Order: sequence, then C-alpha cells, then structure tokens
Amino acid sequence: MNETAATTAPVGRLVNMDLLRWHLGASAVFLAISLIGGLAYSFQFHNLYPFEGVELLSPGRVRMVHTNMAAYGFIANAFIAGMLFAIPRLTRQPILSDNLGWFIFWAWQLFMTLTILGILGGYGQAIEWGETPIFVDPLILVGLVLLVVNLSVPIFKSAETGLYVSLWYFLAAFGWTGLVYFMGNYLPQFWVPGTAGAAITGLFIHDLVGLFVTPIGWGLMYFFVPMILRKPIWSHALSLIGFWGIAFFYPMQGVHHFLFSPIPMYAQYGAVVATIAIEAVVLTVLVNFFATLHGRGDAIRGNLAIRWFYTGMVMYGLTCLQCAFQVTLTFQKIIHFTDWVVGHAHMVMFGVFGFWIFGFFIELWPRAVGRTWAHPRLLTAHYWLTFSGLALMVVDLTAGGLVQGYLWANLAPWAEALEASAPFWWTRSLAGLIIISGQVLFLYELWATARGPVETSDFAAVGEVA
Amino acid sequence: MERFGASFLIAGVLTFLLGFFLQGIMPVMTLSDVPIETLESIAQNPTPDFHQLAADYPVEFERDFGQVGPESFAAALDLGRDLYIAEACWHCHSQFVRPVSNEDVRFGPVSTAEEYQNEMNLPHLFGTRRVGPDLIREAGKHSNDWQMAHLYDPRSVAPYSIMPGYVWYFDDDKRPLREALALVAYVQWLGSWETKSE
Repeated sequence: MNETAATTAPVGRLVNMDLLRWHLGASAVFLAISLIGGLAYSFQFHNLYPFEGVELLSPGRVRMVHTNMAAYGFIANAFIAGMLFAIPRLTRQPILSDNLGWFIFWAWQLFMTLTILGILGGYGQAIEWGETPIFVDPLILVGLVLLVVNLSVPIFKSAETGLYVSLWYFLAAFGWTGLVYFMGNYLPQFWVPGTAGAAITGLFIHDLVGLFVTPIGWGLMYFFVPMILRKPIWSHALSLIGFWGIAFFYPMQGVHHFLFSPIPMYAQYGAVVATIAIEAVVLTVLVNFFATLHGRGDAIRGNLAIRWFYTGMVMYGLTCLQCAFQVTLTFQKIIHFTDWVVGHAHMVMFGVFGFWIFGFFIELWPRAVGRTWAHPRLLTAHYWLTFSGLALMVVDLTAGGLVQGYLWANLAPWAEALEASAPFWWTRSLAGLIIISGQVLFLYELWATARGPVETSDFAAVGEVA
Repeated sequence: MERFGASFLIAGVLTFLLGFFLQGIMPVMTLSDVPIETLESIAQNPTPDFHQLAADYPVEFERDFGQVGPESFAAALDLGRDLYIAEACWHCHSQFVRPVSNEDVRFGPVSTAEEYQNEMNLPHLFGTRRVGPDLIREAGKHSNDWQMAHLYDPRSVAPYSIMPGYVWYFDDDKRPLREALALVAYVQWLGSWETKSE
C-alpha cells in the first residue's frame, strides 16, 4: 500500500477539496431540479400536468429547464469537480487561484439560477440545448473563459515531460467549449437566419455533446479508471487514435440533426459519412478500456465507481452503434421527429455521462467530506434503480418512436398515433419515477455521509461494495 | 512543454474550424445569393387570416393592434413569434415538411430553403420533435376561431390533444388578450405564402 500513501499524501495540499465539494453539491441540486422538471413535463403527455394553468410553470418552459439544468447544472458542475481533482494530481500543480475558483463557482450557480428564472419568465432562446436566455449567454461565456484560465494554467506550468491523455482531452475541450457556445448561441440568433442557421444550430446541438461533454467525460475516464484499478491504460497508441479520431470527425457532423431538411444535400451526406466514420474511432476507445479491465473484471462487481463507469461505457457503445444506423437516410425517414430520438438523448446524457458522474461521486464525495459512505447498500440500490429505470425508458422510447414513425408514414390520423403512444408515455413516466426513487436514496446518502460521525483519511477502498 | 500543451488547444480550434466550415459556412455560402427578407417587407401584405382576425375580434383587435396594416401585422408577427419561442412551442411542433414518409400528403408542399430566408427565422424554428403536427403549412387549415379555442383549451376542439391550454393569454371572460391575437396571427401566417392545392 505504499502506492496509496504516495498518491494520497500530496492531494491534501494540491486539490481544493472544499471547492470540489461545493461543485459536487451544486451538481446534485441541479440534478434534482432537472429530474423534477422532466417528470412534471412527462405528465403533460397524460393530460395530468401538475401545474396546469400556471403560466410560469408552463410545460414548454419546464422542459427547457429540464434539459438545460441537466447539461449546465448537473453535468457541468460535476465535470468541473472532476477536473479540480484530476488536473492538480496529473500536473502536480494547484489550480491558478482558489479565489478565482470560488468566484467561478458562485458565478456559475448564479447563471444557472438566472437561466431557470429567465426561461420560466418567458425569455428562453430558440436554440436547442442553448435555451439559456440571451442575456445569460455572455455571462456564461465569461465564466467559461475564466474556468479555462484557472484550469489550464496548471497544465502549462506542469514539469511533466509528456502530457497524459486526459489532459489532451481537457485542453482540446477548453478550446472547443467557448467557440461552440458562441457559435450556437449567437450566429443563428443574430446573423444567420433560416436554413443556414439550422445548419449551425445542428452543429451546436452536436458539438455541445461532442466537444464539451464527450472530451471532458473521456478525459476523466482516462484518469479515474486507471487510478481505481491501479493499472495503466492498456494501449497508449489506441488512446492516440481515439483522441485524434474524435477531434477530427466529431466537429463535422452537425447537419445530421436536420436530414431531409432544406439544408444543402452535400452537407447532409457529409454529416452522415462523418458520423459513421466516428463509430470506428469510438470502438478503438472502448477496446482500450475493456482491455484495461481485462484481468480485473471482479472490479465490476466489487467497486461501484468502476461499475458505473463501465455501465456508462456499454451505453456509450450502444448509443454510438445506434448513431451509425439512425443517421442514415433510411432510418431517418421513420425515426426523425419521434420519441426514438428522445430515448437516444436520454441514453447519452444520462446513461453515459450521468452514470460516469455517479462514479465520480462514489470516488470523490467521501474525500470531499472526509468520511466514508454511511450506507453502501443504499448506493447499490441507487445503482440498480437508476440503471433499470433508464434502461426501461430507453427501450420504451425507442419502441414508441418506431410505432409513431410508421403510423405517421402510413398516414394514420394524428389522433391514432397519439392513442398508440399513450402506453409508451405511461411507461416513460414509470421509468422516470424509478430513476427518481433511486436519486432520492442517493441524495439522502450524500447528506447522511456528510453528516456521518466517522472521519477518515483513508479513501483507498471507498468504492468497494460488500 | 508549453508548446506541446498548446498544440492540443490549437488542434482543437483547428478541427472545430474545419467542421464549422464544412457544416456551417458552406451551407451559408450556398444560400448567400438568396436575399434575407426583412419583417417589414413580409408584413407589407397582411394575410387574409389577419384581416379576418380583425373582423372576428373587433374590440380586442382595435384595442391591441389598431387597424389592419403593415405596421400592426409586423407587430403581431413579431410578438407571436416571440411567444412561440417563450412557450417552446417549437419543441413539440416542427416547421419543415420533408420529402419522405408521405409528409407532403399530410402537411403540404415540401419545404424549400428560400422560404426560411427572412428575419422571422432569426433564429429558425425547424424543431426536432413532433409531439403535435408540423405547422409550416398551417395557414388557413383552421379558422381563427378554431385556433383561438384550441389555444385556450385544445381538447374543446381536438378531444385527443395533449397540448396544454394557454389560458393566461385570455382575460377572465375568455376573450383573447394581445398575446393570443399575436399567436394566432403568427400561426396563421405560417405557410400563407404557399398556394394551397385543392
């Protein structure tokens, strides 16, 4: 266990655990807000919306709160926490400034609050995944730039002779995120109308997942998986191929969100080809991670963080496989505009990145509060409820999407498609309730652990489940 | 060391720019020869439905928009579009007809790029989900009265509907406020430039 002593000793000085704890806490709060919004919205589909007739909680507005808080509240906060842990440990340098870190933390939560209030007040922007009100957009851009400065300085100051793969992803994402955010929120809003604007918002929808969430997510995977398994990643060469392949192919797929639209066909074909090409790249990344797991398969059962990570990776493989098919014009005829796409979105944002974030929580929350998990059994229950709820939702929406798509193509009356969708929508609400019941346990466990009596500084086995 | 780190940052920016050129700039260039129509120009000829709206709700129309004309039509379209965005109507109603899956039979003529080259589509409202039907060919499919009743209580005219009612755009006597008039004017404008086939 010399290794443990060596790796934990400097952490206390390098990593700002207070800042990390607050970011994780904020992430959990926005997760709760997002889930409540999603559940309420899904009840509109049964004409049982809980806030019917309340203007400020109109279903369309609540839907935007659901998606934006998932992306910018839940995922962004947790990713910042992950990087606050990973970057100082990889570079042996603290972040540029703790004060700046705290400023970013409070500013970001203020922007999230403004986003919620703005959207509910009727100032949502018609940019998918960028509904943050127009007056919040410049604030978020400034916040992103400050964050990049605070987190990239230690990377540039690092005395290491070569940068680890995680840092490649972080640096690329630092370059991408601000550009993507500016492009998507400003060009279609002020300068590029109509069809060409749609090409750019398609690019934004795609790049937000591809150039912000994906690279930071994978960067953290390359850090946490070897750290917990205590073995290096299987192949450095495959890491290289994965990084450059994603960097090259990911940014040129935006138009696949608007196939058969009036956007010029060359852009549509290009997007389809690039999307299919990236699935080969994704396979190399997955092979690398599963080869790393080889010989330590017991960790899937014994370590909850590893279980979350690899469940997410299987989901990632599935979504990417799904992508390679669903971007073809053949599939698009039927599935576009249906619940299939909604199922896909949930599998990516929650089933992959949400699950990875739960893995970060498993590893980081005990360190952040200086206590071991109060009730590990609750965490296991949280895993199974969340996993089964999400799996049910994805299968349900995918099937429901096919039913809707074929009924529409066959010119069934609109009412008939709605009637046929009803059981799928009930199942979706049920799945949502299952997911939420898991999160109730999880939030309670976060609270109970933070209040727990046992203080410890040994976190070597924090993810172990009995 | 520093140069090595910067290379990833620069590589990220370059690949972004390449993708942005292929998937963003090139479509913009393809459409650059189609002039962007201003709202003022669109509103020069108010639609028959807008004239009818003034006749259907004379008191409210007079109160909120005055007389039918380019100025009142521009104001109604502008507000209607803003409310369509505020309520995220575009998350459940798409605004383009595809050339596949019998969509031209169900909704009307397939969409063309030129139709969206105007200020009303800043930002565009293509949408990505159809919980309700596409609206880009909605003009004239229903009467203003139907639209108004549907906006207040969708199930009063479409019993199967799962759309929420937007009662806050009406007064206590269920008479339309400025917002309801604007929304109906906007929805009835969508596709009004198309000649309807019989």
